[in-house]
Amino acid sequence: MEIPEQEFLAPGHRGCAGCGATVAVRLALKMLGPNTVAVSSTGCLEVITSQYPETAWEIPWIHVAFENAAAVASGVERALKSQGKDDVNVVAFAGDGGTADIGFQALSGAMERGHNIIYICYDNEAYMNTGVQRSGATPYGASTTTSPAGKKSFGEDKPKKNLPMIMAAHGVPYVATASISYPEDFMKKVKKAGETEGPAYIHVHQPCTTGWGYDPSKTIELGRLAVDTGAWILYEIVDGEFKVTYRPLQRKPVNEYLNAQKRFKHLADEEKEKIQNYVNQVCAELKI
Amino acid sequence: MLKVISANRAIAESVRLSKPKVVPVYPITPQTSISEYLAQFVADGDLSAEYIKVESEHSAMSAAIGASATGIRVFTATASQGLALMHEMLFSAAGLRNPIVMGNANRALSAPLSIWNDQQDSISERDTGWLQFYAENAQEALDFVLQAYKISENEKVLLPSMVCVDGFILTHTVEPVDVPSQEEVDEFLPEYKPKHSYLDPEDPMSLGTFTDPNYYMEARYAMEVAMQASKDVIRSVNKDFAEKFGREYGFIENYMCDDAEIILVAMGSICGTVKDAIDTLREQGQKIGLLKIIAFRPFPKDEIYETVKNAHRIAVLDKNISFGIGGVLFNEIKAKMDVDIRGFILGLGGRDVSPEDIKKIVDITKTSTESDKINWIGLKEEEI
Amino acid sequence: MTVKIGTVKEPGSSKMNKTGSWRTFRPVLDEEKCIDCENCFLFCPEGCINKENEIDYDYCKGCGICAEECPVKAIKMERD
Repeated sequence: MEIPEQEFLAPGHRGCAGCGATVAVRLALKMLGPNTVAVSSTGCLEVITSQYPETAWEIPWIHVAFENAAAVASGVERALKSQGKDDVNVVAFAGDGGTADIGFQALSGAMERGHNIIYICYDNEAYMNTGVQRSGATPYGASTTTSPAGKKSFGEDKPKKNLPMIMAAHGVPYVATASISYPEDFMKKVKKAGETEGPAYIHVHQPCTTGWGYDPSKTIELGRLAVDTGAWILYEIVDGEFKVTYRPLQRKPVNEYLNAQKRFKHLADEEKEKIQNYVNQVCAELKI
Repeated sequence: MLKVISANRAIAESVRLSKPKVVPVYPITPQTSISEYLAQFVADGDLSAEYIKVESEHSAMSAAIGASATGIRVFTATASQGLALMHEMLFSAAGLRNPIVMGNANRALSAPLSIWNDQQDSISERDTGWLQFYAENAQEALDFVLQAYKISENEKVLLPSMVCVDGFILTHTVEPVDVPSQEEVDEFLPEYKPKHSYLDPEDPMSLGTFTDPNYYMEARYAMEVAMQASKDVIRSVNKDFAEKFGREYGFIENYMCDDAEIILVAMGSICGTVKDAIDTLREQGQKIGLLKIIAFRPFPKDEIYETVKNAHRIAVLDKNISFGIGGVLFNEIKAKMDVDIRGFILGLGGRDVSPEDIKKIVDITKTSTESDKINWIGLKEEEI
Repeated sequence: MTVKIGTVKEPGSSKMNKTGSWRTFRPVLDEEKCIDCENCFLFCPEGCINKENEIDYDYCKGCGICAEECPVKAIKMERD
């Protein structure tokens, strides 16, 4: 696949060295091109890319609040349509907190109404912008500042909220999971999302050096480990038809993924085993 | 063309004539029929707009902001709990300088739950950066929406406007309203073409950026400058409107204030009742006047002062309360000018206000020695 | 007064903020070893490596992803 060289997210942004979110945005925008309007929810991405009087965005972009990227995108999409600008892509970028938690209602409404928008959740599995608080997308066992490990706690005690499946249940014509560590797979999905009539939802897994606790050089490696251990699965659902888009030849033990991160360092073997069993169960269902 | 319609219908007609391109609305009593009329206009092709059936008022205002940011005219409407749910987005709309126009059907806030009228909802949004206009009747509701677009979209203003109509009292009662023709409105209100900022791939801009302490204050200062500048714009739009449609409006309405010894100050539909009571009192030889406030934001302190300065005493009627200090309008006037003033809380949660209540207010105002006292009108002693 | 603050009319103006000053280690490419796989171009969080494998040191924060993801170890991180 030929990948355009042109960048639509400029350097000079304030993302941490090794930021995974900006990789996701760069790759996505390469597929959507200049005829795109982007909407961001409040969060890391918004803060690091839009410090007045500068912007990293090369395309038109708007930020309004934390919980309403999907609703703002709804308004942008219909307004462009009312002006006959149907050909413009409208993409919303929101983090896992802005998607699974506070932005969930606005997202559900927008998806159910069938707006022609592409919603990309960049999932780093906690509220990273405010210093690593748990979100509905924080995985089981992860220690965050609001689900800390302690003498009486092994960290987050609930499994990750399954956003892509909830979106699929809305009847969204294109739903996909992706990882920044599998760029071609991700970019193909963004392209498909852009070509979809009606709403498209992509949930892109994106390691965070600061929040997960690993060396910045390992961002891509961590994302790959998540997929190769089956902790994160790459699939798409096109008009209701489910398809796994990448199957690791041989699944690695989930410990390889967990042990590489500070947020799981405290876990006892018993908890790690629970996580492995859960991964095994999901992968068995999907024949991975 | 004269039609016998409610204020909600009058607002809907006004919106149809204003030709917004996007209308995101969420129904709520007593605003609901505005949402319904607009949906029907779109369904029948009488209004060529994208009608977004949003899932909440928060999303209604969010979608309105997104749509307005592309550089088009937008309308939405709400009431009470819905307005409170929008609270955060009201700041965003004003801060992003989106000239959105919104109808608000004034209704009490829960708890306890009430669907009936008072003005607590919009009064509580006074600091959000929105212009606020209060209608006394359905005709004013229609006229204020048309004018609100012209005022808000003016380059010197670029702040959103709220047109407030008292729930049920105006929203659900019918009266004759002159509905202008499309040609007349088109001449008065041309298409909105923003120059300040907009979302367009031909000219990429970033809107709603993150702003550090080096810049934030200037952004807020610019909003205050715009709010002050809106006063001249309102004057000029009022003038244009009067020339075009023959109905004259100002920041306030002076009803028999010139020789009045006691002036009542009020906003919205209650002014009709007050005028009736004044007519009776005048027949009895009492020199009473009414100062009706139309524009609550920007606050017309000069116009108010010029009108009340020669009166012996003024009485302010508030359909709201800021707990711990009293009626908001009362306190704002009191803070802004040196006048002998009395404050009255009335009509909360739809409590009826009769001409007898107005006479009682006049009597209390004449005899009361306490200017700080919060006077409650129509309280049922047996329920306290 | 014009509406100014909060709206940025120069797209990509973050380029004024040269984040290269954040760097402690700099990636150095050995062109002899390079196989043009584009991994460094794809995975750079700054987007400061082009398809000719040129690294823009004005912006490179020195995260080391390019060196880590290079399949032939053509990029080395050296102390700046």
